[in-house]
Amino acid sequence: MSPVNYLYLAALLFTIGAVGVLIRRNAIVVFMCIELMLNACNLALVAFSRMHGNLDGQIIAFFTMVVAAAEVVVGLAIIVSLFRSRHSASVDDASLMKL
Amino acid sequence: MSATAVHSLWTTAAEPIDRIKAPDIEYAQLAPVLIIVGAAIVGLLLEAFLPRKARYHAQVFLTLLALAASFAAVIGLAQAGYGTSKVNIAAMGAIAIDGPTLFLQGTILLASVVAVFTFAERRLDPEAHGNRIDSFAAQAASVPGSEGEKAAVRAGFTTTEVYPLVLFAVAGLLVFPAANDLLTLFIALEVFSLPLYLLCALARRKRLLSQEAAVKYFLLGAFSSAFLLFGIALLYGYAGSVSYARIADVVDGSVRTIDPVLADTMGNDALLLIGGALILMGLLFKVGAVPFHMWTPDVYQGAPTPVTGFMAAATKVAAFGALLRLLYVVLPGLSWDWRPVMWAVAIVTMLGGAIVAITQTDIKRLLAYSSIAHAGFILAGVVAVTPKGVSSVLFYLGAYSFVTIGAFAVVTLVRDAGGEATHLSKWAGLGRRSPLVAAVFAVFLLAFAGIPLTSGFSGKFAVFSAAAEGGAGALVVVGVISSAIAAFFYIRVIVLMFFSEPKADGPTVAVPSGMTVAAIGLGVVVTLVLGVAPQYFLDLANQAGTFVR
Repeated sequence: MSPVNYLYLAALLFTIGAVGVLIRRNAIVVFMCIELMLNACNLALVAFSRMHGNLDGQIIAFFTMVVAAAEVVVGLAIIVSLFRSRHSASVDDASLMKL
Repeated sequence: MSATAVHSLWTTAAEPIDRIKAPDIEYAQLAPVLIIVGAAIVGLLLEAFLPRKARYHAQVFLTLLALAASFAAVIGLAQAGYGTSKVNIAAMGAIAIDGPTLFLQGTILLASVVAVFTFAERRLDPEAHGNRIDSFAAQAASVPGSEGEKAAVRAGFTTTEVYPLVLFAVAGLLVFPAANDLLTLFIALEVFSLPLYLLCALARRKRLLSQEAAVKYFLLGAFSSAFLLFGIALLYGYAGSVSYARIADVVDGSVRTIDPVLADTMGNDALLLIGGALILMGLLFKVGAVPFHMWTPDVYQGAPTPVTGFMAAATKVAAFGALLRLLYVVLPGLSWDWRPVMWAVAIVTMLGGAIVAITQTDIKRLLAYSSIAHAGFILAGVVAVTPKGVSSVLFYLGAYSFVTIGAFAVVTLVRDAGGEATHLSKWAGLGRRSPLVAAVFAVFLLAFAGIPLTSGFSGKFAVFSAAAEGGAGALVVVGVISSAIAAFFYIRVIVLMFFSEPKADGPTVAVPSGMTVAAIGLGVVVTLVLGVAPQYFLDLANQAGTFVR
């Protein structure tokens, strides 16, 4: 199968993730959608790596995984602290600051 | 007869297998970053092993020492001629050591020193239970208003982890403008972003606001960095490499050997244009330019004020450095495509920031919108695409960062029972009650407005003249108009402070320790020196204005 198909899949996953970030209301789900976007990037990188026949893209994919893991640590810490003080992880409820 | 000699009767030694070549790392040239990372790790160990009472002094000392040592390393590199007479690409093509890198690293480090002074301030609030308290939560894990939080305050806990976090952020910020391939760019972005997300959540007072700001900053920041990463993937697909020089060659069409796959992807302009646009989006988000500015007011308002000052200054400097390098080194061959876009972004950023700022009633939000407008002014210098454009942006960043930190440091001083009194109505008559603080803040506001004899004027003059010479005359007109709009609300604050009656229940002005005084004093000195005698620093920026490719 041509690696180009994986690029279409990556673009599709990225779009699903981006739309999810925009329409979902739970901070955890929003965050999962962002992770989906990062994984779509990984897929695109690996597909391009295969097409070009060099390893740069695969190495970047490893770095992305590490970054995603670090982001989970920081992100969950922040979201959990918000949840504990408000008993809600909705991004709509967090609106103390408006003009 | 020895064993090998016997064995050699029926074996012959093969040619030695080529060893994998160890990468060359130029430790001396990377010293500014390495010192900061090393100190951050030592800081973590101090957190683990020192008793609580000893941590504050040890951490502040270590942080300031590391920043000073790193700054000395930058000066050493500049003395050795890097940036002016020679340039280098260090760490196997990952880090560019050139004029803009060293200039921006120096600026970031000095701004960080000043910001750490405001972090370490412990005299603004009265002592609680015999312990001095700073701007950061007693215990970040405790729920706001809970028994656990009260117990932590009684026990005199402080979040001294902020100092290692700042050092990690500074390390990322130092690498960001120096990154010479897209992977390093992405990693540096994450390295400075993640500590900043945490720092935003750590305010001692108004903790709900602070946590809300952190969640917003985190979700939007991660969202934008996902776009940046997808852009990196597309540019990698386009050029088959993430190295800036290689991508620039492919964009210009000046690569020597073209294999069939590269010929195929090179012909696909969609990869290049969409990839470039997505990377620009990621960087413009960090800069706080208008379509991507939504996070700025909320995060600036909710974050602890010292952190806001640090973010507003250092992040902006680093992000503009990375943006300049991307546009001037990687995508100059594409400037016919990105210049109109950046024109539009600069115009809406200048006007949007200035106009929305008029309606603000919170001083931190007001400064946030003013920082958006300033991002627009700097973008006007970026679109010039001339050497003068680079040097004017460098100068503006240096001038702007000290004013910003100073202004936010003044905001920490004006307090009432609930902590900082950030609502503008409470600032009424401040000039009668404490003329010195109000006068200093007025100097900063005049610098923001770009009144002559302040650094804001020299900076604006530099970027606007660069933009005009670069053929962006219309941008200059819009810039001057939005400066006039912005001047209106800066002057309004000054009028409010000096010409209205102080309220009976108005805020008090805390008497700070020497550290905040130093931060504010340095801000005033830089503002006036760069305003009255900017020539030396303009020359410095001119010398530093050449990128390595």
